[in-house]
Amino acid sequence: MSVTSVMLVGVGGQGTILASDVLAKVAAASGLDVKLSEVHGMSQRGGSVDTVVRFGEKVYSPTIDPGMADHLVSFELIEAARWLHWLKPDGRLVVNNRLIASLPMLTGDCGIPTGLEAALAYEGAVFLDAEELACEAGSPRSANIVLMGALSVGLPFPADVWRQVIAKRVPAKTVDGNLAAFERGRKACADGECDA
Amino acid sequence: MAPTLLSGNEAIARGAWEAGVRFGVGYPGTPSTEILIALAKLPGVRCEWAPNEKVALESAIGASMAGHRSLVTMKHVGLNVAADPLMTLAYTGVSGGLVVLVADDPGMHSSQNEQDSRHWGPFGKVPVLEPSDSGEALAMVRDAFGLSERLDMPILVRSTTRLSHGKSLVEVGERAEVRGSPFRKSPSKWVMVPGNARGRRVDLEKRLERARAESGSCSYTVEEMRDPALGIVCSGVVYQYVREALPDASTLRIGMSFPLPEERVRVFAAKVDRLIVVEELDPYLRSSLAAMGLTVDPMAAPHVGELSTGKVAAAFGVAPLETREPMHDLPARPPMLCAGCPHRGVFVALRAMGAVVQGDIGCYALAAAPPLSAMDSCVDMGASIGMAHGMSLANAVDGEVRPPVVAVIGDSTFAHSGMTGLLNSVYNNGDETIVILDNRTTAMTGHQDNPFTGRTLMGDPAPDIDIEGVARALGVTSVVTVNPNLLKPTAKALAEAVASPGVSVVIAKAPCALLDKEQHDPFAVDEETCNACGECVRLGCPAISRDPAGKAVIDTAQCVGCRQCVQVCRYGAIIRVGRACDIGSGL
Repeated sequence: MSVTSVMLVGVGGQGTILASDVLAKVAAASGLDVKLSEVHGMSQRGGSVDTVVRFGEKVYSPTIDPGMADHLVSFELIEAARWLHWLKPDGRLVVNNRLIASLPMLTGDCGIPTGLEAALAYEGAVFLDAEELACEAGSPRSANIVLMGALSVGLPFPADVWRQVIAKRVPAKTVDGNLAAFERGRKACADGECDA
Repeated sequence: MAPTLLSGNEAIARGAWEAGVRFGVGYPGTPSTEILIALAKLPGVRCEWAPNEKVALESAIGASMAGHRSLVTMKHVGLNVAADPLMTLAYTGVSGGLVVLVADDPGMHSSQNEQDSRHWGPFGKVPVLEPSDSGEALAMVRDAFGLSERLDMPILVRSTTRLSHGKSLVEVGERAEVRGSPFRKSPSKWVMVPGNARGRRVDLEKRLERARAESGSCSYTVEEMRDPALGIVCSGVVYQYVREALPDASTLRIGMSFPLPEERVRVFAAKVDRLIVVEELDPYLRSSLAAMGLTVDPMAAPHVGELSTGKVAAAFGVAPLETREPMHDLPARPPMLCAGCPHRGVFVALRAMGAVVQGDIGCYALAAAPPLSAMDSCVDMGASIGMAHGMSLANAVDGEVRPPVVAVIGDSTFAHSGMTGLLNSVYNNGDETIVILDNRTTAMTGHQDNPFTGRTLMGDPAPDIDIEGVARALGVTSVVTVNPNLLKPTAKALAEAVASPGVSVVIAKAPCALLDKEQHDPFAVDEETCNACGECVRLGCPAISRDPAGKAVIDTAQCVGCRQCVQVCRYGAIIRVGRACDIGSGL
């Protein structure tokens, strides 16, 4: 079995690190070798962040290069565009349909980019509104798990393994909300509402 | 038992714990911080944050003297601070095993430089181990304590960001309760006055000879013969890139990179047609091999920044992957001070004063970027105070009037190495203002406690050490504490401090916005009243943006109600509102 690489990108504070940990544990629970790479520290203060999870029979590098990701899950629109070329030409692109302004945009030094959705749609992106779905699930802070639900549709792991890992990994009080969030994300894609 | 997914840092902590470590100490620094946090959660180990790496290493040496296995952790630049004890530690040697864990940051994800810590091996005459993934990190650290005791030397274990913050599957084991012999007087070993040090210097050569033998039989140095046309010598996480980029190449992965297993390198070199070292940062291994007289082809990969599978592949002429066209002209997304960050109030005032601001290491370095643009330097921990002192005194020589010079330094950084600088400023009749940004935590590295937070790493209460009292004890007579979220009083205190002769200290005290437990209602902008002057936007708060007409908009989901923007608005357009549906941004 070849190695599958999943890249999660977003803005510091969006919960990419927890999501990547869930994914890595799902792969490990499925008996695969797993490696994960993330960056802590300075970039976490509202900067652009990326984490990579790789799994397969034997994984060497914890990181990847442009053109190597089989799946790119972006928690934000601009970051989806920034990291797009890290996705394989035939890779799957899942995008949270939300724009978070960066500092140069807030101060007006840099315009708000237009046409991002169209450009990403052209690249085959599947969109979902993770915050909205998380709110519907009664768990507004679980947008990251909604996105894992959307990702899960494209990966070979049984939904039950995901549920077990999520239930163990998230804070006890939030288990139900996160499980509901996972189902929302999964259903959004399974129903073809967002899947390409 | 099923393998466990652990980060390199968690694996290092686990390895130390399994080795029976009794004492873990360090100073937080990305990417090393999580090691002690993980170790502190395991039973039977006393863990603590030291105010700096020098004190941390000295504490570990003391524990080792008494026969306790000890771990000391720091980032690469931290080892510069601990260099003084380190350079003599190889002379004294150890009693209980002592492991110095140093985490390098190639690519400077969260650092001011990317120095290569492997040089400490030959420089400090300290054996160096380099794990290549979490599993090896656990096993190597576990075994390093015994190695330290066998050799009577400290062991330096070198991690890098991709090891420390990467995760992989490991087999965890049980803890071995190891108790070394209690302290016995041995002046010739522990009292490094010249007469004794000369003896230990000669003895050190004998211990280095034993270390060379250990390196020769080190099970973490692994030769893998595949195609003999190309032989790669590598170490650490770089091995993973090599295996993936060049699956057919033969490899010699060096587990102990000082002293080098010279005989095994020669044997490997003789088996392959072309010998190349692939390594991140400095050509450390390559220089060592060249010094052995081996013919080593140059590596085409860069010696600046991180390596990757792709960079290694490109260096060996592998055709690049087909990629999608990158999208251009996207807005940059630099890190920034959080919404409600109390540091902001200080920098707004300093910007208005036109002060030259000597900065330091911490979140507040983000104030150097626009729109605040209110910090003029950032060199090393504690540098701000000395640099402000030198600049203001040298400026004063010709009597010309220049902008005021102000140092800004965080609470943890002040404890780390600001206090001696302050003592110097007072002693040498300095004329500068020092602002201590006391946000009650070590924020940048993820909110660790420090000597001024009243709590230890183990979660125990600690004495409440008053920064104002410390400054006065160091001889400063002009000391005031302000709440930096109150902009006018902060600006007034800074102006008075700058105007008063001699050294002045202003303590800007308010908790980090991410730790402030008090819930404040957010604010919103009254569109009618706002006249689009942009003053609030110039605060650089992530919650404040401008609409197409230039009027300010506050994101109530991000606003923490710090009121700083309310105070800069001359039109009273910013008003308190209730919290709307809380759509957060992930867990």
